[in-house]
Amino acid sequence: MVEGIIIQGLIKGGTYALLAVGFSLIFGVARMINLAHTCFYMLAAYGIYYFAKELEMPLAAAVVLSLLATTVIGILTYRLFIDRVREHHVTVMLITLAMAMIFQEFMIMAFSSEPLGTPSFVSGYWTIIGVKVSYQNLLTFGIALAVLVCVWALLSKTRLGVAIRATAQDSEIANLMGINVRRILLITMALAAALAAIAGAVVTPTLTLVPTMWTSPLVMIMAIVVLGGLGSVKGSFIGAFIIGFIEVLVVFLLPGGAFLKGAFALLVMVLILLIRPEGLFGVAFEEERL
Amino acid sequence: MLAIPGRLLALIFFVVLFFIPLFLQGSSGSYYLRIFIFANMYVIFAVSWDLLSGYTGQLNFGHALFFGVAAYTTALLNIHLGWQPWATIPIGALAGVIAGLIVCLPALRLRGPYLALVTLAFPLILLGIIFAFTDFTGGELGISGLDRISDSRTTDYYISVAVMIVSVMIMWKLTDAGSSIIRTGIVFHAIREDEIAARASGINTIRYKLLAFAVAGFFAGIAGAFHAHFMRIAGPSNLELVLSFQVIIWTVFGGITSIYGPVVGVYILFPLMEFLRAAPEVRYLIFAGIVVIMLLFMPEGIAVWVRDKIERECPRCKLSNMAFRKTCRACNTYLYEHAGD
Repeated sequence: MVEGIIIQGLIKGGTYALLAVGFSLIFGVARMINLAHTCFYMLAAYGIYYFAKELEMPLAAAVVLSLLATTVIGILTYRLFIDRVREHHVTVMLITLAMAMIFQEFMIMAFSSEPLGTPSFVSGYWTIIGVKVSYQNLLTFGIALAVLVCVWALLSKTRLGVAIRATAQDSEIANLMGINVRRILLITMALAAALAAIAGAVVTPTLTLVPTMWTSPLVMIMAIVVLGGLGSVKGSFIGAFIIGFIEVLVVFLLPGGAFLKGAFALLVMVLILLIRPEGLFGVAFEEERL
Repeated sequence: MLAIPGRLLALIFFVVLFFIPLFLQGSSGSYYLRIFIFANMYVIFAVSWDLLSGYTGQLNFGHALFFGVAAYTTALLNIHLGWQPWATIPIGALAGVIAGLIVCLPALRLRGPYLALVTLAFPLILLGIIFAFTDFTGGELGISGLDRISDSRTTDYYISVAVMIVSVMIMWKLTDAGSSIIRTGIVFHAIREDEIAARASGINTIRYKLLAFAVAGFFAGIAGAFHAHFMRIAGPSNLELVLSFQVIIWTVFGGITSIYGPVVGVYILFPLMEFLRAAPEVRYLIFAGIVVIMLLFMPEGIAVWVRDKIERECPRCKLSNMAFRKTCRACNTYLYEHAGD
């Protein structure tokens, strides 16, 4: 049971981390809360279903195509809708929410709201300390970790990463230093959409696809990101594993846990914020402090 | 009153509301009255969000909490203790106040997106509890079979109009920054614009924030309790994320920080959604499309956009004037800059 909790928690945390890091990145750089973020996760999952099952493409091609398509949709959404109202925070939230609804409705029109399934990428399982872990779950966790390491390397080792971090700290000064802030915002948005799409791609085989599948992870990653500190990539990474483990613990240990897992995770978030209002790793900016 | 077109329009709107049942007779009329009754309740709900988030700047993403808590309180009192609507609705509203004060505790230390996301969590936590203890709360199905407010739809309608007008008037007065009687309006504006400066000016911002949450909880509670009695059911849909977002969409669509904005927003969007039931496949698509287009072209909201077209604030004495006047009606200052003379 303990082994089960640990392994399930790691897998859950890994997917949440993929989603939360992208959400946190775009918040940190553009100071916008993108409520359509998990929609890219949903779109990628449906993309794989469409390319692999309906067009009968090889799985690898389907995954790559779906990731590319989702990223392009993310860029277009940003360019056509969000960019124009970026200064108004509430408006950005509403517009992204409306976009999410539009994506959901398009998916319902295209695929109906019936639950759909995609095949596993790999079959079989591996026994670790007495727990059967399917290769699919291992693959999910492995890809999540690998991608997160790549993101970390990108942010800390490359010139682009420095530019992104500079824009996050102060976009006006970054602009004065010769960084093209608009382009950085666009790149960050593309990166965030791609991360969400990767998360969608790796969990697709373990989930049933419904057009409303974006809502529950959205709430969870918002809890994670606030818990870790808005805009802190490290915070959202650690927060993802905290929330993931809490969810798994509640499901394993409490009766009726499947209903209470979200409530518990959110409760922990509220409690941590009561003690540390800026989140675990958040920085309290002078003008944002109370 | 008549010199300000916005006020005149509001007066006409209220008068029309009183005569609507005369034109809506029979069974289809009863259906339309139902839409208006819902609209009246959601107006109270949306205006209370505007007071809290628009005026005081406490971005609340879980406003459905107050609505749902009041609905469930009302339903439990009515079903288990057999209390009548005139007793359960005020108690439901008080439950909304208590919910408001509880949410306010973390809100005192948080602001902006942090506050938005924490408030978002509260109704979802409650929803989890409701689904986990189904024998008391009815779970997915909710609590049904509540008493009606009155026997006739027309009476229900007039009650809802009266409650709506009184509630909106109270909230309008509470947020009126120019009022010489109560200073809550100007304090709410001050808290939103710069809380530290407000504190430095000797305002006990904590007390006023508690007040804003309590007032918003009270009126949202009235809306929720009334809704429960009118629908004769209190269910999980009263707490869902959709409702919390719906209220934000209504308010921002109409015009945030304006009180009449949410009224206009609800009265346009809610009937629109009902008429779109004729085309269920594209209902949400059209709704979302309208919201996106509106936000791109009128980011301040439709009511504010219209107001700016028909009213002009005097640059000297800040009095509202009709847009076609050349000079202010009080101080004769030129309202528009003009070349030549």
